[in-house]
Amino acid sequence: MSDFLTDGAGTDAPVHNADAFPAPDHADQAILTAHRASLLGCRSCGRVWPEDHRTCERCGAALVPPDRRGLQAVWAWLLAGMVFYVPANLLPMMRTSSLGGLGGGGDATIIGGVIQLAGHGDWFIALVVFAASVMVPIGKFIAIIWLALVAGKPATVGAAHTRLHIYEVVEFIGRWSMIDVFVVAILSALVQLGFVVSIKPGPAAVSFALSVAFTMLAAQSFDPRLIWRGLPLHRRKE
Amino acid sequence: MMQQGEYDMKTGAGLIACPRCDALHVEEELPVGVTARCIRCGGVLARPRAGAFTQIIALAITTMVLVIAAVFFPFLEISRMGLGHGTSLFGVAMAFSDGFLAPLVVVILGAVIGLPALRAALLVYTLLPLARGRPPYAHAVRAFRLSEQMKPWSMAEIFIIGTAVAMVKVGGLATISFGPAFWAFIALVFVSVANRSFMCSTTIWDAIEDAGARTDGREMVQSA
Ligand SMILES: [Zn+2]
Ligand SMILES: [Zn+2]
Repeated sequence: MSDFLTDGAGTDAPVHNADAFPAPDHADQAILTAHRASLLGCRSCGRVWPEDHRTCERCGAALVPPDRRGLQAVWAWLLAGMVFYVPANLLPMMRTSSLGGLGGGGDATIIGGVIQLAGHGDWFIALVVFAASVMVPIGKFIAIIWLALVAGKPATVGAAHTRLHIYEVVEFIGRWSMIDVFVVAILSALVQLGFVVSIKPGPAAVSFALSVAFTMLAAQSFDPRLIWRGLPLHRRKE
Repeated sequence: MMQQGEYDMKTGAGLIACPRCDALHVEEELPVGVTARCIRCGGVLARPRAGAFTQIIALAITTMVLVIAAVFFPFLEISRMGLGHGTSLFGVAMAFSDGFLAPLVVVILGAVIGLPALRAALLVYTLLPLARGRPPYAHAVRAFRLSEQMKPWSMAEIFIIGTAVAMVKVGGLATISFGPAFWAFIALVFVSVANRSFMCSTTIWDAIEDAGARTDGREMVQSA
């Protein structure tokens, strides 16, 4: 698959190019896509099918055209993720109580937990938790909203590369937000028997886990091929 | 079956579309060690590696052993004023088991133990006959697709970082020692990272076909 196809020079016939793996950064008008050729590529295994195919016969994945209609699923999952992120921040993440009420206790929200950590001087860990539970989720919401808004809209080759990078970062980083849920789970289990204090996960743990899962689904249902749909077929003459 | 370099613009046979940007490429059997990148977005299209299947199988079996160890051995031990208390991974999950937190038990056990183990089993099932040059087992296509879908949801390595954070939080209150399961998990993280560098989905799809799975009759044969 080292050769690629071009539709340059006004002809429809694909052209072999001996140049094996050229830099991806050259003019986009030379590139023939499955969509421009009235074909449909499988996003799971790469095989190409006629446009009216609905399932890939090699891997069984559903074939979806790179179409802005597919963004509805992104919006739906994203909305669910954002809705659950609100109680995740308002409700307690961790319920601490000590026997007889001695030594204090109480509920800590996500932010409360970060402030406690920072108060003990554990700045680094406080930063890790803050990044994983506040900065990353909010950054992800903003990135997905932006990607979905600009998907399929006119873009330059450079802008398309930037968008693809942002998409890849969002896709990679999404799972790491689960860290705070695991922390609460481990703490609760550790402290269960051996202590006078007891730690229990609060309702925010559930809504936070759901928020992360829904946002991951939103990122997964975003079709990166849409990023490239906005590129003009022919570059304007300078 | 198709010959190398042959393609059909009407049916798409012999072509590959980049999953990230839709650019069309002519399919070719790549020599081992070559990385095919997309002409348009630069993403990796295929990266066959020598002996990759055997390595993936070895790592997957290691994963299964480590997961079993992680479940049955104590994970962390906590002691305070001479009173010791060990907890296993099940203990961690069971801390959530009452009432509305029950779904979290499923999520945590699934993401940390279930999915990594199941994925490893599916990979072994798919690749074992291929590595020995035999035709793939029945439903190998479905097994491999399932394992690909589970990829983002298996979170063993995130759990380990979570453990480190929890240690710091409890740090002042008690002495904590790591049980064997904790070290099994650390090993699991390295294994999963190594596995990721050997995995090339396109190559595995090609191999499943080349080994004779009944798919779409479009597999490439090397031209003589
Ligand atoms: Zn496919
Ligand atoms: Zn591409």
